[in-house]
Amino acid sequence: MNDSALQAAPPANARGYWATVGRRIVRDKVSMVCVAILLLIFLSALLAPYLHLADPYQGSMIRRLRHIGTPNYPLGTDELGRDMLARLIYGGRLSLLIGISPVILAFSIGTMLGLIAGYVGGWVNTAIMRTIDVFYAFPSVLLAIAISGALGAGITNSIVSLTIVFVPQITRVAESVTTGVRNRDFVEAARASGANAFTIMRAHMLGNVLGPIFVYATGLISVSMILAAGLSFLGLGTKPPEPEWGLMLNTLRTAIYVNPWVAALPGVMIFAVSICFNLLSDGLRSAMDIRS
Amino acid sequence: MLSYAARRMVYAIPIIIGVALVCFMLVHITPGDPLVAVLPADASQELAQQLRTAYGFDKPLPVQFGLWLWRAVNGDLGSSIATGRPVLAEVLRAVSNTVTLAIAAAIIGFSLGLFFGLVAGYFRDTWIDKIATSIAIAGVSVPHYWLGMVLVIIFSVELNWLPAVGAGPSGSGAWAWDWAHIRFLILPAITTSVIPMGIITRTVRALTGDILSQDFVEALRAKGLRETQVFRHVLKNAAPTALAVMGLQLGYMLGGSILIETVFSWPGSGLLLNSAIFQRDLPLLQGTILVLAMFFVILNLVVDIAQAAIDPRIKRG
Repeated sequence: MNDSALQAAPPANARGYWATVGRRIVRDKVSMVCVAILLLIFLSALLAPYLHLADPYQGSMIRRLRHIGTPNYPLGTDELGRDMLARLIYGGRLSLLIGISPVILAFSIGTMLGLIAGYVGGWVNTAIMRTIDVFYAFPSVLLAIAISGALGAGITNSIVSLTIVFVPQITRVAESVTTGVRNRDFVEAARASGANAFTIMRAHMLGNVLGPIFVYATGLISVSMILAAGLSFLGLGTKPPEPEWGLMLNTLRTAIYVNPWVAALPGVMIFAVSICFNLLSDGLRSAMDIRS
Repeated sequence: MLSYAARRMVYAIPIIIGVALVCFMLVHITPGDPLVAVLPADASQELAQQLRTAYGFDKPLPVQFGLWLWRAVNGDLGSSIATGRPVLAEVLRAVSNTVTLAIAAAIIGFSLGLFFGLVAGYFRDTWIDKIATSIAIAGVSVPHYWLGMVLVIIFSVELNWLPAVGAGPSGSGAWAWDWAHIRFLILPAITTSVIPMGIITRTVRALTGDILSQDFVEALRAKGLRETQVFRHVLKNAAPTALAVMGLQLGYMLGGSILIETVFSWPGSGLLLNSAIFQRDLPLLQGTILVLAMFFVILNLVVDIAQAAIDPRIKRG
């Protein structure tokens, strides 16, 4: 091998894996539009008190169910005369909280369980994975409703039940990714150099398994948003008078003969968040697939 | 093959016991004394004690589970508190309506999903592909209970073409396959079909793409096969996975029908579950979930065995 070949081998400005993925996702138009829409919804929910909106709790019997485009009520009013625009924006706070936190919780718990099951193997793996199989044997909607129904209505109970629904799915992915990485040379090297199991899992394996699990989890946010709002829609999540998209759909259902399109508005928000997360997850998956 | 089926069935036994255990525990994670659920509000202390013994709530949990499981295996899921009728009879009556809905939705969702998936996979990266994948992603992202409301708004409220709720002209009477009844089925079936449609489109598109990029397709074309004949080979290769996904989707439609049945007041297992939750009818809640979950486990088992049977590539030694 000659000198120039040796010098040319590692380009000095070679980008890391994540930098490359980042550049690819930024160039993807669909993903960026989704990021923009999600940012808009997140920020308006977060900054709602500073947006000079009407009071989302203040109703009035004389201005119930105004149509979309009524002066002062751009998106109309609900069945108790509350301003829909304010309720939709404030509604983002609870809806996003109960929709996204189960995935974050399940991501942490499931990654940990999957990493342990995949790395330790043996009877630990059997114990964890067979328990997971039992929860996996329920259709997710049924499991969420069974647990919520038994625990009773409430935000915490709804988050707990959805977390229980998603932990098995994430654990399965984490376990299979970990098993694939476990016998790679660098793990062997770490073991040979005397690192203990905890250090190997934390320092050497976590970074290598997190990517695929993360992409999988982003795809679950869409399902989680729909299910969380669905639990509230059934009356198992948020309680009135809190503004929350699923609960708003539920209480406005009685108004579909009076003012149908105002009644449908909260669903548009759920749909928008859900489809943006789905498209973003697809974009992320293809951006991480560097081979193509 | 037979030995695979047998092993798969043996493997399902611990899952079935686990699922039963989860259902059993549902009553015990409920806040408060599980007895409250079966007790009239004005019950005396003596009656409470009597019922506690009768239901076995005074025994240790594992013993209770064993007794409960034994009764469940013999078809005794207890009685509904609201109606006093046996839970199993109530559930089975409701499930038949859910099956009707799921079959109608499967016919719509599976055929559209297959069509869109094959077309999108065949004409990858063309405008046809873009339209099909957009429909698919909308299908998997839409909150279906909201879609149900929107369909009711368009076809019942605005156009007045189809009924908004119920399962027949006489409310929730016996189902019949005539137009008077099918009118009630159309909107809930379309609503139920969008998620399986989206998932099957995405799966079949990916499958078709994978198969078309394999060498044997090149060989078939080089051999001089017409494109329709090549298509038959693609179909045959995609069938086992596609069928497995469809089987699972059918299970999800049967078990996850509560939201749509609530929107349309469709008198199936989901609506039964809904009323069980809000009347705090715990035996009914537990029984319905047990039956639906068992359906799902058994369907999964059948799908697995069927897939192994029709796919000669799967040699599961």
